[in-house]
Amino acid sequence: MTAQPGSDLRWQRKDLLGIRELSAEEITFILDTADAFKEVGTREIKKVPALRGKTLVNFFVEPSTRTSTSFEIAAIRLSADVINISAAASSLTKGETLKDTAKILEANHADIIVLRHSSSGAPQFLAERLSSSIINAGDGAHEHPTQALLDLYTIRERKGAVAGLHVVIVGDILFSRVARSNIFGLLKLGARVTLVGPSTLVPREFEKLGVAVSHDIDAVLPTADVVNLLRIQHERQRKEYFPGIGEYIRLFGLTKDRAKLLKPDCLIMHPGPINRGVEIDSDLADGAQSVILDQVTNGLAIRMAVLYLCGGIST
Amino acid sequence: MRSREVAKEPVTNKQNNRSSSAPATPPVMDGEAINRALRRVAHEIIERNPELGSVILAGIPSRGVEIARRIADIIQSLGKTPIETGVIDVSMHRDDVGKRAELPRVQASRLPLPLENKTVIIVDDVFFTGRTARAAMDAINSFGRPARIQLAALIDRGHRELPIRVDYVGKNLPTAAGERVRLRLENVDGEPDAVWLVKEEKA
Repeated sequence: MTAQPGSDLRWQRKDLLGIRELSAEEITFILDTADAFKEVGTREIKKVPALRGKTLVNFFVEPSTRTSTSFEIAAIRLSADVINISAAASSLTKGETLKDTAKILEANHADIIVLRHSSSGAPQFLAERLSSSIINAGDGAHEHPTQALLDLYTIRERKGAVAGLHVVIVGDILFSRVARSNIFGLLKLGARVTLVGPSTLVPREFEKLGVAVSHDIDAVLPTADVVNLLRIQHERQRKEYFPGIGEYIRLFGLTKDRAKLLKPDCLIMHPGPINRGVEIDSDLADGAQSVILDQVTNGLAIRMAVLYLCGGIST
Repeated sequence: MRSREVAKEPVTNKQNNRSSSAPATPPVMDGEAINRALRRVAHEIIERNPELGSVILAGIPSRGVEIARRIADIIQSLGKTPIETGVIDVSMHRDDVGKRAELPRVQASRLPLPLENKTVIIVDDVFFTGRTARAAMDAINSFGRPARIQLAALIDRGHRELPIRVDYVGKNLPTAAGERVRLRLENVDGEPDAVWLVKEEKA
């Protein structure tokens, strides 16, 4: 077996805060590591001792089921001990600051803290103050790095490579940490990115990041290799930004008619949870071009890889 | 306590770049000697395994995989049945995860399944403390329960830290604690096959 190019890289980060600060080599390193952890899922015993003796705190200040469950299963498969804390159960509701809560977690020997928080920058705040590994599971409208990594992994798995592909991200870009992390990752790996949505949610400012912006989905779909449909975040949405559900579907929803514009091998992705009939037609979500369930399965491998790498180095 | 991997460090790719030129001292094994050693290992495997069809050679990346492939080729060239090979990456099963400042790339393991009633022979380049072999046994068991597990290595340099012995050795190479074994294989390193014994540089 010949050594791969770039295989001399070694992982040295204790935290995963965002995709923006990662190099293309580091992103590829994580994807390759996830390949190995995906293989673990095919074994008779799907559990490895890598993080035995480590304690992981799954600290979700903002509600989430799929991400926190994915992290929990990943941690269990790595033999870590897992404690789940949600916002309602934490003393944050009693007025304790994030820093004080974090200090308590550290004093209880939390080796790894997976943090979901409504404030952008909360994971970085902790990473600068604690010796524990901090994994960003989504912070405000800033980043959601493991979602971008699992999207990149799924694209690479299906298409062989990310470089040279045209990836179209549709929907609520302005408020989306998923979009931001995806944009950084896709551009670093050499994809071409077009953002599509109403001008209130996809302002031209995004062009400064190196992506194209369009408000005409029908003009963009025919050249897409991947279409990533973002969830309309009703909970973050202010009325003045949003045209209304009916009009959104008419202008930007992936309907059956619109899907006829896609290349036959174009992948349809969605980070979930899906608003069936809004961002995407229900049958299309379950159709042959959809890789939505692959994204979930690959998310587990990505999170195992990230926990293994960040939690597996000495700090 | 020194793990085997620390002393094996110089044979990783990172260090290749730092010291790609061969040491000035003559090698302790050249390509011909390596080939002879592997032929001896192949003959011993044939001798001790009447049912060669149930043998799996599981190489530890990267050089163990190459050595397993070569042994399988030799056995087949002797007119025997083709031998199944696999890859067993031990990174996730090591006993020092969380104790190192950096982590190398993990590879997916791949073994022909099922393992029941099979003899899995772990193949490594340099056998040292025994910790990698222990981790490999742990990894193999997560794929199933083979009838037996054995160990083969091109070189046994001694200094065991666990009660483990090698079943098939290409060459016993007694070493001092301050020495390391530097191995190069054509298909892995892009350099001619050779083994050197070199004094460990002070970090």
